[in-house]
Parts: sequence; structure tokens; C-alpha cells
Amino acid sequence: MTTTTTATTTVLDASNVTMRFGGLTAVRSVDLTVNTGEIVGLIGPNGAGKTTFFNCLTGLYVPTSGTVKYKGTVLPPKPHLVTQAGIARTFQNIRLFANMTVLENVLVGRHTRTNEGLWSALLRLPGFKKAEQESRERAMELLEFTGLAAKADHLARNLPYGEQRKLEIARALASEPGLLLLDEPTAGMNPQETRATEELVFAIRDKGTAILVIEHDIRFIMNLSDRVAVLVQGEKLVEGSAETIQADERVIAAYLGTPFEGAPGTEEAAEVEAAEAQSTTEGDAK
Amino acid sequence: MTTKNPAATTTDTTKSPTAQATPLIPLPPTAARALTIAGSAAALIGTFLAWTWTDEFPGNLTVTGYPGGLQVLTLVGAALTLLFALSGYGIRGLGWLTPGGTNSPVLLLALGVLGTTGYAMGAISDELGGLVNLDPGAWISGIGSLIAVIGAFGLPVDQPYDDGDPTPHLWGRIRHSLTAPEPGRAKDLPSWAEILIIAAGFGAGLYVFAYGIGTEYSELFIGFLIIAAFGFTALTRAGLLKRLSALTAKHRNVNLAAAFVAAICFPFTQSNDQFALIGANILIFATVALGLNVVVGLAGLLDLGYVAFLGVGAYAAALVSGSPQSSIGVHFPFWAAVLTGAAASLIFGVVIGAPTLRLRGDYLAIVTLGFGEIFRITMNNLNGNSGPDVTIGSNGIPNIPDLEIFGFNLGLPHDVAGHELTRSGNYYLLMLLFTAIVVMVFRRSAESRIGRAWVAIREDETAATAMGINSFRLKLLAFALGASLAGLAGTVQSHVSYSVTPEQYQFAGSVPPNSAFLLAAVILGGMGTISGPLIGAALLYLIPAKLQFMADYQLLLFGLALMLLMRFRPEGLVADRRKQLEFHETGQLDVPEDAPLPEGATGVAKAGA
Repeated sequence: MTTTTTATTTVLDASNVTMRFGGLTAVRSVDLTVNTGEIVGLIGPNGAGKTTFFNCLTGLYVPTSGTVKYKGTVLPPKPHLVTQAGIARTFQNIRLFANMTVLENVLVGRHTRTNEGLWSALLRLPGFKKAEQESRERAMELLEFTGLAAKADHLARNLPYGEQRKLEIARALASEPGLLLLDEPTAGMNPQETRATEELVFAIRDKGTAILVIEHDIRFIMNLSDRVAVLVQGEKLVEGSAETIQADERVIAAYLGTPFEGAPGTEEAAEVEAAEAQSTTEGDAK
Repeated sequence: MTTKNPAATTTDTTKSPTAQATPLIPLPPTAARALTIAGSAAALIGTFLAWTWTDEFPGNLTVTGYPGGLQVLTLVGAALTLLFALSGYGIRGLGWLTPGGTNSPVLLLALGVLGTTGYAMGAISDELGGLVNLDPGAWISGIGSLIAVIGAFGLPVDQPYDDGDPTPHLWGRIRHSLTAPEPGRAKDLPSWAEILIIAAGFGAGLYVFAYGIGTEYSELFIGFLIIAAFGFTALTRAGLLKRLSALTAKHRNVNLAAAFVAAICFPFTQSNDQFALIGANILIFATVALGLNVVVGLAGLLDLGYVAFLGVGAYAAALVSGSPQSSIGVHFPFWAAVLTGAAASLIFGVVIGAPTLRLRGDYLAIVTLGFGEIFRITMNNLNGNSGPDVTIGSNGIPNIPDLEIFGFNLGLPHDVAGHELTRSGNYYLLMLLFTAIVVMVFRRSAESRIGRAWVAIREDETAATAMGINSFRLKLLAFALGASLAGLAGTVQSHVSYSVTPEQYQFAGSVPPNSAFLLAAVILGGMGTISGPLIGAALLYLIPAKLQFMADYQLLLFGLALMLLMRFRPEGLVADRRKQLEFHETGQLDVPEDAPLPEGATGVAKAGA
């Protein structure tokens, strides 16, 4: 599945992914590709199936039909194997290991990239100390990168909200992913924190990790993404650059709704407004 | 009251009127202190006089000039009260005693002395029939300790009331007068001095523990429990234990070594085989509890049938022990028997774990409870009637011979450096070796990639799998490891107790190593810690063993104790730092201060670089 035409490779190639829960089709024949060095946004109204699609990509769900390929190989249907293959994710509602320290959280993220087993730990075999030391160094680097190094010994639960989000990203990065899936990374953040997250995502991209991000904050996603896909009622409505998406009438309709049959047109609306203005001035006169 | 003692500034209410906490009994501080000291001194002097006229009461309290039995406990308690009360005067050289609170330890100790003395007086008049049996010595000690308590309640309170509740009611004020501020950071001593302090601490601990096991009648044990509980709390409030644990954290290996040396010394302090047997049984119980702590404390898998693994190990070892009644007529050397027991438990653990570990939470608990009972019933039924004759049913496998390791027969008493080592003493030392192995396994596995993965699974299994952790495999690993550790302990247990019967491996029973008590030992002691289950197991074994007359109410009292513990100290006696933070919303406790970072630009500046 490698396309060498533009010297970029396809990292993620989801084709024809469908997910049914009983009679409900949450995701219907969605195609999506992510290339190296790309930030792809995935937007859509509530209940559009974004998170379900994410779960299909990460092995939490096995798609009813369709395939997901990572760097040319079909992904195994187990979350831990997906992570091992090179896709890491964060969660919409933060799921840190609350009673572990910040450093330990990141070290857990290193799990797939280390292979010291129980015997090695019990007998303290030669490689053990070295591997442990390397893991710690790598984890501290990531904490430096996300700006959490000073809080390495704090419990994750005691971090402020914005830093918990960052820690989740650091933990995901610890598994050295080729593709990072971010599920609403700025939910509940103030504008400054959102800006900071934006910078962080760019920095991750610059380190060579492709990113697929779900977001509700349209300004954030338009600034960030090279491409945006819009998911509505489980189907991919349109995909393209930020400008294309913003101009697309179907997208606006999906988000704001279409005027219903016989809805008051602009002329009627103007009349109503005029009448209201009249009545208020009359009221004031009295 | 002006010393280098850091607590003095908070206790001195005259200097800082903002410390509004008033003592419970309004006395001038000097008068209160004098009263406490006079009371404790009277209690101390009283112990040298006769407490009763007859030696029918155990311990012979009739001798004047030579304290015995319960008098010794009052004597020690009163002496400690005096010492701490004098430290409150700021006497040079005593300041180190109270780095935390100054007055609450005095109050606690005075209460302990009053409790022990009061209990002794009650027991004497109850057993001998009336207060007339009390001699003046008892009255002097009793009234002295009462005066000391009154005086101690008049001492200034160690810390001001919480901001949230500035005017607590009577009960709140009593509880508050027992609290104390945390001690500050200790001065660094030369490391040999610190190691010496650790050694002294363990020596004292061993002495107290050995005394508790060696108490020969239940009155003495109850008195011991009262004074030990109050004394232990007093040392905590004084900040001494905090200091000690800071030292042990600094010298972890020294600490571990000291603990084991102290443990090795134990059988040499016991000439009575019965008490050494209690020690050996405590070790078996504690080792299995520590094994359970891998499963429950680290991986978070609630296993209610854990004692079955102990049983598998014990039965496996019994079958290959060369017992004439064993259905397999083989006699393995001990090392092979140990491997057989551990391997049998391991296999049993994997066989049970593979299907059940797909369940989570309560469901897992119920299924493991079921498997635990299935083991016991199966052992009962393999008797030749209901099934093949393997385990001789409910009679179990008797006549398990004593071990002989390198020509050293563990069944016979030996003379080691002038001290007699009894049969139980031998087994105690053998079991201690296994305990050491299990402690090492626990510590090393907890501080590794595997241990972190276990904790991650306990915290959030979905997130853990998303981080690439194969949760099923790791849970099975924890289950299997826990099972084989219990199996190890089982191999020794079968030899210690001469026989294995199915009734030893119940879910709940009156003799401690059973599933409910194992879990209780872990929870009571502190989940996820090493010393927690050891202490929890020691208490849970010792208290029923010493208080035989309470056997009928044992489970009731046990339940009450657990409820009280869950209410007042849900993290267990020995708190894991994580657990302490989890249950008490106090924020960060002992985490280094943040390096100040520029606001807002933190992550970005570094990330962009």
C-alpha cells in the first residue's frame, strides 16, 4: 500500500469500515487515509460515530466489515497488539492511571517497547538495569517535551486538568507510535491551553508522527489540520482542506440543520423584525 | 519551653494567642505538667508495692519491691510517660524524643497506663471476688495514673483546630487533643549512627514482639495489647516513627537486613516450643498473605479462594514426603518437594486463572470463592469411596515425617551458641528463608515493568490495554505467581503441622490461614506494601491464639475490628503512599517541591524547541 508518488507513505489506510451494533449502523463504509507528516482532522456533530470509528482503528472494536491497515499490514483486532504495531491513542474522557506517579504513567506507556519479563525482574538479569534506566531516560525526555518534568513524582490525579491531558499525550508518545490518535484533546480547555495544545501537536508532527485528531473546536481543527474529514450519521460526508470544508454547504447543514419546508424566508423574517421594533418603540412611548 | 524542639512553638499557647485550641481541662500548663509527672511517678512507685494479697492471680503481684506481670507493663508505661512529660519541659537531651507533638504522646501514654492499670485492677477484683482483694499498691498506681490522665488533658494542645471546624464539640476536642503536627525534616546524622538507630529500632521491635508472643496468660496479653496500642500511637504522634521510617527509606537494604536479623533472633528468645510454633505459624500465614498481596494489592484481582493454593502446595508436599499413609509411596528430598509443591500450585493457578480471569471485579471474586471451596470438597472426596483414594478424605494425610536438610534434623532440638533451638524454632527459621524469598519476589516484581503493568491494570484496565499491555496474560502471570508463592509456603506448612486435612483450607474458619483471614491480613496491614501483610498477619494470628477464652466471639470481634479500621484508617495499618493519598484528600504529602516554571509557556516553549 505504499505510494511513492509524492515521497510520502500512507501510515493509516482505513477502507470501507462499517460498524454495526445490532440494528444500528454507527459507522458506514468510511474510507480514510493518513500519510506521514500529516495532521488529519475528523469532525462531525455529536453522535456522528467519530469515537466509534476511533475504536475500530484501535482494536477496541472489530469492524463489522472493511479493513484497517497500518503501514501496509492489516491491524490485529486486539488493542494491545494495535499499540504494539505503532498506533497510540488518548481518550475523550481522560483515562490516566490516577494513583501512579506522572513518571510511572509514562513508563507504562513504554511497555510495548521494552521486553523485560518476570524472570529478568526477579533475578535482576544483566539487561534489566540498563533497560530500566533507558526507559526512565526516555520517559523523562518525553516529560521535558510536554513540560511536565518538574512534576514527575506527583500522582497523576493531582495534576491540573490541562496537564492531565498533556500527560495522556506523553504516555501515548512513550509507545513510540507512527500514528497518534487524539480524541478531543482540547475538550474543557481555555483558549490559552488550547493554543498550547496546538503547539504541542505541531511539535509532535515535526518529530515525524502522523496525527489523526477528533475535535469539536472548529477553529482549533481548522488551524491544525492539513486535511479534514467530516463524519455525519456514520458516513463520511466530505473530505478536503480546511477552506473546502468551511465553504461546503452540506457541512453547515449538518452542523446547523437545513431550513425546513415552508420555513420563514428572509422577507418574512424582516417583516417580523420590523413589527417587533415597532411594538417596542410604542411600548417605550407609553 | 524554649528549646530547639520545633514543636515547642506550636504548643506554647501563651506566646501565640491565635492557636485557639484550648486544653480539655482548663489548667495552667505548669500545673498540668506537674500533675502529669506526679501522677505518673505515683503509678510507677505503686508497681513496686504489692497489688494483691494472693498469688492466685497469675503473675504473682504480691511481692513488694519487685514488679511482676501486669505491674511491669504499668511500670514501663509510666516510665515512658514521665520521660515524654519531662521532654515537654525542654530538658536538654530529651528534645529528640518529640520531633512531632509534645503533649499528645504524653496524653496517649497516660491513657495507656490508666487502661492497663485499670484493666489489671478490674481483672484482680473480678477473678478474686471484689475490690477488697486490691492492696494499696494497686490503688496508688491506679489513682496515680488517673491523676496523670487528668493532668495530661490539661496540657496545651499540640496544634490549632482545623479551619473548617474551629469549635468542635466534646468528642471532637478529645480526638483533637490526641493529634499532633508532622515532624520536620531531621538533621542528617553520620550514616553509621543512622544504621545504629535502625538496628536499635528493630531490636526494640523484636523485644516487644517476643514479649507479646511470650505472654503466658491472657490477662497479661490484654494488658500488653492496651499499652502497646497506646504506646505505638504515642510514638507516631511524637513523630519518632516518622523519623524512623525516613531513616529506613534512606537505608533500605540495611533496613531489610536488620529486619531479618531481628526475625532470626526471635526463636532464640523463646525457650518454650509452643511460642516458637506460634512464630512459625505466623510466618506461614504472613508469607501466604504477602503472596496474596501480589494478586490483590498489585494486580487488583480480588481472590477469595486463595487458601486453596496453600492447600495444593501442602498436599503435593505431603504426598511426596514419604509419609506411610501417602498414596504415592515416594520420598523426595526437600528441595524436590518444594519444587513439586510450587509447580503443583502454579499449574492449579493457571488452570483456575485461565477461564476465570476473563471476569472482572465482583464476578471474579465469586468464581474464585467457588474454586476455593471446590478444592476443599475435592480433597474430601478423593477418599476411595466418592472417588479415587488419593488424599484419604477428611482424615487427611497424617504422619508427615520431619525434614532433614544436610543432615540437620529439623524435628529435634539443637543447641546453637548456648541457646536451645526447638523443633518449631527450626521450622521457624526454614520458613523465614521462604518469607525472605517471597519478600524479594514481591519487591523485585513490584519495581519492574511487570509490576507497573499490574498496577496499571488495577487502575484502569481499558487504558492499560490501550498502552499495549496484554492484560489477560499479565493477570494470569500475577495469579500464577501468587499461587506458586502460596504453594511454597504450603510445602513447609505440611511438615510443621505433621498432617494435612481438607478442613485446614476453608474460606472462613477459626484458625487463621484461611481465605477470609488472608484477605483481611492484606487489607488490615495495607495493600500493596511489604510490611503491611506481615504485621496484619501477625496481629490476626496472635490475637486469637492468645485470647482463647474469646474463641466464641472471635469472628464477631474480628468483624467489628475490620469495620472500625475501614472507618478510621481505610488504607490499612501500613499505608502505601498511593493509598494514603487516595483515601485522604490532603494533596501531596511528601513530594519534592515544584521547580517554579514560567506560567503558560511551559510545554510550548520546550515542545517547540
